[in-house]
Amino acid sequence: MVDTESLAALVARALADVAASTDLAALEEVRVHLLGKKGQLTERLKSLGALPASERPVAGQRINEAKGEIVAALEQRRAALEAAALDAALAAGRIDVSLPGRGQAPGTMHPVTRTRLRIERIFAQAGFEVASGPEVEDDFHNFEALNIPRNHPARAMHDTFYFPDGRLLRTHTSPVQIRALSVRPPPLAIIAPGRVYRNDSDMTHTPMFHQVEGLVVGEHVSFANLKAMLHSFVERLFERPLGMRLRPSYFPFTEPSAEVDIECVFCRGGGCRVCKQTGWLEILGCGMVHPNVLGAVGIDAERWQGYAFGMGIERLAMLRYGVDDLRLFFENDLQFLKQFP
Amino acid sequence: MKITHHWLEEFTPGAGSAAELAAQLTVAGLEVEALEPAAPPFTGVVVGEVLACARHPNAERLSVCEVTSDGTDRLQIVCGAPNVRAGLKVAVAKVGARLPGEVAIKRAKLRGIESQGMLCSARELGLGSEHDGILELPPELEIGRDFRAALDLDDTVIEVNATPNRGDCMSVFGIARDHAATRRRRLHYAAKPVEPVHSDETPVELAAPEACPVFVGRLIRDLRVGARTPLWLRERLRRVGINPISPVVDVTNYVMIESGQPMHAYDAARVTAPITVRFASAGEPLELLNEATLSLTDDCLVIADANGPVGLAGIMGGRRSAIAEGTVDVFLEAAHFTPASIAGRARRLGLLTDAAQRFERGVDPELPRRAIERATGLLLEICGGRPGPLTEARSPAFGGARPRVRLRRRRLERLLGTAVPDAEVHELLGAIGDRVEEHGEGWELGVPSHRFDLAIEADLVEEVARLRGFDRIPEHPAVAPQVAGQASEQRITAERALGVLIERGYHEAITYSFVDPTLQRALFPAQAALALANPISAELAEMRVSLWPGLLHAGRENTRRQQSRIRLVETGRKFLLEGGELREVEALAGLASGTRWPEQWGTGREAIDFYDVKADLDAVLSLTGDAGSMRYEPAELACLHPGRTARLWRGERPIGWLGELHPRLAKALGWASAPWLFEIETELGLSSNISKYKSISVYPRLRRDLAVVVDDAVSVAQLRDTVTASASGRLVDFVVFDVYRGPGIDSGRKSVALGLILQDSSRTLTDVDADAVVTAVVARLRDVFSATIRDQ
Repeated sequence: MVDTESLAALVARALADVAASTDLAALEEVRVHLLGKKGQLTERLKSLGALPASERPVAGQRINEAKGEIVAALEQRRAALEAAALDAALAAGRIDVSLPGRGQAPGTMHPVTRTRLRIERIFAQAGFEVASGPEVEDDFHNFEALNIPRNHPARAMHDTFYFPDGRLLRTHTSPVQIRALSVRPPPLAIIAPGRVYRNDSDMTHTPMFHQVEGLVVGEHVSFANLKAMLHSFVERLFERPLGMRLRPSYFPFTEPSAEVDIECVFCRGGGCRVCKQTGWLEILGCGMVHPNVLGAVGIDAERWQGYAFGMGIERLAMLRYGVDDLRLFFENDLQFLKQFP
Repeated sequence: MKITHHWLEEFTPGAGSAAELAAQLTVAGLEVEALEPAAPPFTGVVVGEVLACARHPNAERLSVCEVTSDGTDRLQIVCGAPNVRAGLKVAVAKVGARLPGEVAIKRAKLRGIESQGMLCSARELGLGSEHDGILELPPELEIGRDFRAALDLDDTVIEVNATPNRGDCMSVFGIARDHAATRRRRLHYAAKPVEPVHSDETPVELAAPEACPVFVGRLIRDLRVGARTPLWLRERLRRVGINPISPVVDVTNYVMIESGQPMHAYDAARVTAPITVRFASAGEPLELLNEATLSLTDDCLVIADANGPVGLAGIMGGRRSAIAEGTVDVFLEAAHFTPASIAGRARRLGLLTDAAQRFERGVDPELPRRAIERATGLLLEICGGRPGPLTEARSPAFGGARPRVRLRRRRLERLLGTAVPDAEVHELLGAIGDRVEEHGEGWELGVPSHRFDLAIEADLVEEVARLRGFDRIPEHPAVAPQVAGQASEQRITAERALGVLIERGYHEAITYSFVDPTLQRALFPAQAALALANPISAELAEMRVSLWPGLLHAGRENTRRQQSRIRLVETGRKFLLEGGELREVEALAGLASGTRWPEQWGTGREAIDFYDVKADLDAVLSLTGDAGSMRYEPAELACLHPGRTARLWRGERPIGWLGELHPRLAKALGWASAPWLFEIETELGLSSNISKYKSISVYPRLRRDLAVVVDDAVSVAQLRDTVTASASGRLVDFVVFDVYRGPGIDSGRKSVALGLILQDSSRTLTDVDADAVVTAVVARLRDVFSATIRDQ
């Protein structure tokens, strides 16, 4: 029975050794010491052969029970140590998630371009096509064909840049009306965004700015259609319901002509500094195409009629983004540009 | 132009408050730009009289006055004005008064003498800049009356922006008339004819009746031209922004503002009859009131006497016949000059006077008579004098039947998109027109003489809409024929190309299309540019031939603002003069300067180089699906570093440039380190090939790496072309993963490490296959470039 007792002692010592192992390497040592090729328990199993055959089954069962107990203890301890090691590794692997991400930072699109693209998209969805024309224009397209003959007082509203040969920088995008009507017969619906130029520079004027021209010609295109189009446009652009009013005005190339005011987007019509306490903001000019304009491009004004409008993109961008100085758009200060991600 | 609320109300009594009036004018098309009080707020100022006036015992320039402010009190007031004197009616600020600029009037001692108030100058009350002395009030003003009430200072100045087609609204009366029409109110106007007391006339000859068909004059004898213009009239002129000068000038200005008829007054003694209205002969001299002497052109209309021109018709009078101190007899002119005879001249001569602005827009030809009568009446009140009869010269061809314009019912409805009841149209037209007649299709209207803007049917459509109110036109969405829209895949939108660069860190800039010629010439000495005839400044005088001048300027401005890392991109046109022909070319250009990476942890601080920018550009060009046709070839451009410049080709067409700003220019322009620049012409460079699918090989890829040592001059493009040609169609990718010069490599040579990715479309490649490809490639490289293969 010495054997039995010493087996129990062996198991007890082995369990104590397992429990005392503080890392996986020590545990492995314990395992090898007991269960390795020359481990104590392995030796015991080997020694079974020396016992009488009648004792072998009982002795073998005891040793196997002891082995089972030790293996279970080893596994349990290994799992515990591995979990502890993982916890330690995780703790050590902690990173600072507040550290900035690495790589190239994206740039920005100019607010005027952003606004232009939105305007284009809104009108494209209503069936308008984008048209363009030259920026260096001639007097005919910029003035004459638009019913602004030489010496017309309306020319005073256009401080024109001229070239020595009499050509000029277009003062508005309206000449694209003439160019479009000259090459394609009505019905048509176009918008023409682009750079325009006026010889004027102060707090509220820059010598270059951007306009979008619109032109719709058909057999029954009416002032009521114009109002509906513009009202839905401003509401889509500012993404909210907005009051709109048309005031009679004058452009030589439209009759009737109107200035379009929208409810002030800052005070919602209550009156503030931006709208000069009127509650209204002037944002574009429009009207029904003047018969002389249709006549200038050989279109029968008895059959065809239409509307046209023109708006300053900077003006809309200023209202949309709260920019209070027009000149900022052309200073290209990165501190400004970076505000429009 | 400016008018005042109370002045307007003389013609349309009870027109409403100034704010209501402003709102009504604005929606009727006469945009009100500003409303301002006629005088700033102040209190405690009354009309008083100086009863006695004595020298201050302790101060040379001060007077001690006894003043009554209600007829019974006696206030002692110290006053420093040189014009203070006994018997003068004055504006007295009593103790407790509050004046503009937070001035509170208190009992005070001035040099030992008590002062119980202040006698006010115009400036102290915010009534102009006059500060030569205290206000001299008209003797008839009642003592004790509140000064604001006495001078009607609770009036409002209304600034109206009349559009260029509405010459008829360039006057108080004209605006009142339009307001009365839009509100269907009554209009009051009374100009009493003056009874002549002598019969002398100055004969007038209309030598250019098509330009001046009506001329009305009157000779007034024995005027006291030195009289003082009454305060009320000066006040009104001040409110509308006109400086009072002398009674005769003040009255003609007053009548112009009130009625819209520009007038002129001549010293009758300096005009030798007859007066002729004619076109000038070329080169004829005329000295104007402003002392400028013009050499006239033959399209200038003049008023002339027997000795030559005495005035530029409808624009400015001449100096020779001007009213002066010694003037006794005055000849008044009120004429009609047609818009065509005035338009453009004033602007050309830089004389855009109030008169010229009115005539070029159109002044009612029936107005001269009324204006002369009104002016005569005022002058007689102020300066006395003896009026003669009206002299009226009128072209017999002028002023027959007024033009009539038709408006068709169907047209009105079709243009407005809404029907207007017949009775309403009739009433509205009646409010503006002379005689409205109905006919089968609609109406016909006689155009009144003051409306120069009503000539065609569309004009009447506008009048009906305007008088009725644009707000009463409904909003009807149009139903358009449905046609499929455009969605071109071949055209790469600027938006998309920009987007790629924006993702890569570029900020979109918009720079002016005109640039500094000096800078542009320094960058592009060989390129002709289109110069402006009238640039806004010397720095913005020439159309750009490249987007680089603008980007360099913008970039440099940012370095001045302590930005060290700059990426800018712009799209827009450049203006190329080629053989005298102008071509507007759409371009996409960029500027890059500073470090490769934004400053951050974990990356280097290397400066950006050619290959960083090339990668940016390649990213854009890859949108075309045609990267295989793009080539960068070494080239030279005056403004770029000769060894760091590539011309970009797409097939056989040059599409752009990439390079480093020439160090000489970089230094001259103040760059600490030269920025990189690129520009591509978008139409050629950014049209897209539509992708064509190729079947994907299911067999595995093999990779073989080679380090090839070649002369420095051998380009990677050459290596790639040779490798591709000798890889028997199995090369699917070609990677350059290192370029090395230095120890181990002969000077003048470099080692280029290549990764060849091989694949066959029909079977699995074996190592033997791959080795065969490598052997063939190496043999070819040896033959062509004397390449050696470096040991791995």
